[in-house]
Amino acid sequence: MPAAIETQELTKDFLVGFWRPRPYRALDGLTLSIEAGEVFGFLGPNGAGKSTTLKLLLQLIYPTNGTARILGKPAGEVEVRRRIGYLPENPYFYDDLTAEEVLSYFASLFGLRGADVARRVSTVLDDVGIAAERRMRLRGFSKGMLQRVGLAQAILNEPDVLFLDEPMSGLDPIGRRQVRDLILSLRQRGCTVFFSSHILPDAEALCSRVAIVVQGRLVANGAVSEIAEFQLTGWELVAADVNESLRSSIAGRARKVTSIGAGRFVIDLPPEVGPDRVLAELAAGGAHIVSLNPHRETLEDYFIRQVSAAAPRQTGID
Amino acid sequence: MRAMVLVAGAVFRESVRDRVPYSMVMFAILLMAASYAISQLTAGQDMKIIKDLGLASMSVFGMLIAVFLGIGLVSKEVERKSIFALLAKPVTRTQFVLGKYLGLVATLVINLAVMTLAFYAVLAFMDLTAGPEKLVWPAPALDPRLLIAILLIIAEVAVVTAVALFFSTFSSPLLSALLTLGLWTAGHFGSDLRNFGTVVDSAPMIAIARVLYYVLPNLAPFDVKAEVVHGFPVAARHVAYTLAYGGLYAGVLLTAAVAIFRRRDFK
Ligand SMILES: Nc1ncnc2c1ncn2[C@@H]1O[C@H](COP(=O)(O)OP(=O)(O)OP(=O)(O)O)[C@@H](O)[C@H]1O
Ligand SMILES: [Mg+2]
Repeated sequence: MPAAIETQELTKDFLVGFWRPRPYRALDGLTLSIEAGEVFGFLGPNGAGKSTTLKLLLQLIYPTNGTARILGKPAGEVEVRRRIGYLPENPYFYDDLTAEEVLSYFASLFGLRGADVARRVSTVLDDVGIAAERRMRLRGFSKGMLQRVGLAQAILNEPDVLFLDEPMSGLDPIGRRQVRDLILSLRQRGCTVFFSSHILPDAEALCSRVAIVVQGRLVANGAVSEIAEFQLTGWELVAADVNESLRSSIAGRARKVTSIGAGRFVIDLPPEVGPDRVLAELAAGGAHIVSLNPHRETLEDYFIRQVSAAAPRQTGID
Repeated sequence: MRAMVLVAGAVFRESVRDRVPYSMVMFAILLMAASYAISQLTAGQDMKIIKDLGLASMSVFGMLIAVFLGIGLVSKEVERKSIFALLAKPVTRTQFVLGKYLGLVATLVINLAVMTLAFYAVLAFMDLTAGPEKLVWPAPALDPRLLIAILLIIAEVAVVTAVALFFSTFSSPLLSALLTLGLWTAGHFGSDLRNFGTVVDSAPMIAIARVLYYVLPNLAPFDVKAEVVHGFPVAARHVAYTLAYGGLYAGVLLTAAVAIFRRRDFK
């Protein structure tokens, strides 16, 4: 079985400069292979080349070099497009049409007819939570509502491969939650999902695998837990009702214990001391656990390090 | 094929919600009504004035609708990026461009049909209220030959739409509008280029004029107002040749538009 998405040395130069256009490399030799059924997170700071990659996969732009194949066929073939969905970055549709009209137009382009169109459009409107605004013109839609229309049109054809360019952008917490649930239910159905994001927790919660691009180059590719840069750097434990003997017994193993009020402490554990024994000890000593959080290097830390290590280039960072 | 018809349908639906065509059609109808008022002041000439103004306003306002909708047809989708989601659907870029063209031509046919109805209504009113001056009219008020002139206007507008669409696949709306209006003007006075040799005697200038004469659309043959208004016959061969020329010219432009559009990056 062919990989769901496969790129070979995919490269894109944009010509910049009006008088003497020079090539500017936005993507540099990207080679990736994504199996069917994977949820794949494509991470990178602003200007890293994420949207460029997605546009190449959709053949909205043509590569300077390299190839992209989807479901075993060259990207851009009409046969491929029948089976994929795409949410563009900051999606925009037709101001004068209603959500229902736009979706009906797209559904008929997918070959649905008559009552099937109306049925499918209703289903996706419900899925993305804008059923109530279906008859409203898109001119009056907020950013988050447009994002939902974008998601709705991306899943109209029950795609086998779904491309999402920053699906969480512009969404409120409920919306983010809905998108997360949507992606998980698509995965259950066997859909391959390729999404771009700046946000590691989003990727961590959903992805079987992530890749990181910085300045057009692939710098890491694997499961979040496998990528060395995201290894645990420690645990932060907050406990209440900790008596003095408990405190002193744990303080020996912790990197740091900070008091935050009557009997409450923040305990900073190094990664090699698993939290299990400490938790058991605290519980046995009559203390209560308030919270426990793993500490990793954040994606932001990682990006900043990568960007400053690479040769300086005009790249915007959030 | 179906995808192309769906794209055309979307153009049509969008134009129904656009104010530009309505206002143009309203303007044309107002002009026709105004020509009736003018005709009251000029004894005997009235019917010719009404027909002349009516056909002229159909041709000019049809052209303006073609330009104003045509230039935005493709470039608006590219600029606003609505094309991203659309081209991810099973639609080829060729179907997209041709669908846009067909949708706009269908819109124009409907708009011109509305103008035609208004035109005939003014003429019928004239016919009913006219007295003995009817005897000096060169052709009856409801002359069916007017429809030949209107058919050629539709063909001309279809050529202008192809010109506007061609420019809009690679240049900005403003530039496309200027270029299209320029070509339309040149197209109506283009026959002067052929006779350039009688005015100037510089060989390179004459050669340039010759090339321009063949490259620019020749729109003069589409204008048979004078013949129809004065009741002269319009040869069937002239109509057939002109329609074939229009079809060929539009076909070449659309082929070029598709070729350019297929290579473009959308970013
Ligand atoms: N049309 C273009 N012309 C010139 N350069 C471009 C063009 N589009 C993108 N670039 C450049 O290519 C690089 C990659 O851009 P891209 O939009 O792919 O980044 P991204 O990873 O999606 O960023 P973001 O997180 O901000 O969406 C950027 O440095 C950008 O300046
Ligand atoms: Mg982007």
